[in-house]
Amino acid sequence: MRTKLTILGLIALALLSYGLYQALVAAPTEQTMGDVQRIFYYHVPSAWTAFLLFFCNFIASAIYLLNRSQRSDAFALATAEVGVVFCTVVLVTGPIWAKPVWGIWWTWDARLTTTLILWLIYVSYLMLRRYSSGGQTPVLAAALAIFGFIDVPIVYFSIRYFRTQHPQPVIAGAEGSGIDPLMMKALMINWLAFIVFGAIVVWLRYKLERARQQVEEAHALREEQSLEQPRVDKPAVDARAS
Amino acid sequence: MSTLSAVLRSTLAKDLRMEWRSKDAINSMLFFALLVVVIFSFSFSPTAEESRQIAGGLIWVAFLFAAVVALNQTWARELRNQVLDAYRVSPAPANSLFLAKAIGNFIFVGVLEVLMAPLFVVFYNLRPVGPAWQLGLVGALATWALVVNGTFFAAMSIRTRSREVMLPLILFPISIPALLAMVESTTAILTGDASPVFWINLLAVYDVVFTTACLLLFETVLNAE
Repeated sequence: MRTKLTILGLIALALLSYGLYQALVAAPTEQTMGDVQRIFYYHVPSAWTAFLLFFCNFIASAIYLLNRSQRSDAFALATAEVGVVFCTVVLVTGPIWAKPVWGIWWTWDARLTTTLILWLIYVSYLMLRRYSSGGQTPVLAAALAIFGFIDVPIVYFSIRYFRTQHPQPVIAGAEGSGIDPLMMKALMINWLAFIVFGAIVVWLRYKLERARQQVEEAHALREEQSLEQPRVDKPAVDARAS
Repeated sequence: MSTLSAVLRSTLAKDLRMEWRSKDAINSMLFFALLVVVIFSFSFSPTAEESRQIAGGLIWVAFLFAAVVALNQTWARELRNQVLDAYRVSPAPANSLFLAKAIGNFIFVGVLEVLMAPLFVVFYNLRPVGPAWQLGLVGALATWALVVNGTFFAAMSIRTRSREVMLPLILFPISIPALLAMVESTTAILTGDASPVFWINLLAVYDVVFTTACLLLFETVLNAE
């Protein structure tokens, strides 16, 4: 596992450095916004990665409710945590770009508000996980994840009707959209770099959660055994139980 | 089906009778909503025209906070004497229990709204410019939107360590689109500036989607050990 991790880490490092070069040097400067626009190469890939991770969380939660495997629960937790981190990056880089371009830090526009509510939903998911105890946590969390996921399109449509100001999608959007091929290259390399980096973090978090689950299982098993075969010569167990 | 309705009816009758005799939920909700109304009017001291603009938001924020008081009590009663565990081992369908609780909360919050509405009218000098009958429709759809998810999440938060605190933390983020829809439709009716149809439809869609989700997942959540 360590070798695989090192290789993946090196790949991520190489991609991130190349992506940085692409974003800061190779990509042409945007005509109206200038260099501020370069934050786009981090803002948009973070958003896509966060959405991808939340989607993975939904799938893992649904699988957990079907087969109750601890693996999918650990995966759901890992993707939600890392997704919240990427979502936070989106919410921080957005205002940094918006202040010079729009003149304001924040506006209650459809995409911004949806992302913020998405962030809120998954933070509440993590809080539920943190504050519930015992074996029921995964079930409750998985149910909340499903509620959160089906809420997102409703949020999006309601707020899109409410008001919208965010730039329309420049990629595969309406007619007249589209960006310079060099910009596209920088964007895609950064996205790939973020996915690889995100995958490493998710993987580590997944391993950590699996280890925690196994420790918990081992504890439970030992307690069960000590209940089945009460031994008088082992007072340590009794002292801990009382 | 007959078991479903029988369990539903008896649970609902029991909850209503208990509430009728104790008046725990309705009293605390009423007083809480009244406090919100008073505090808001001090915080903003609006003129008649302004109050018409903000009343939609104010009414529903007050009802949302007050509803949490009732929702938190939904399952707390059943924890005493392990009633919830008895439900779990009984063959009674879980969804009938859920529906009984949700309908009970719907009635409590509905009574609260009917009692509080005149107060809002008096304190904020309200007079609907748009069609007033739509307010009833919005009220019913919005109340169901609050209580259906609220009842479900209350069953979840009752299992966590910080019971009462947890419910708003998980309920409010999910309820944001419903809150937006109820506020916008009420404001549209009160000011008569815009058509509330889109928002009423959105509330209806929200109700259908989340009622389905609750009914599909409630048994799983109830039986989570």
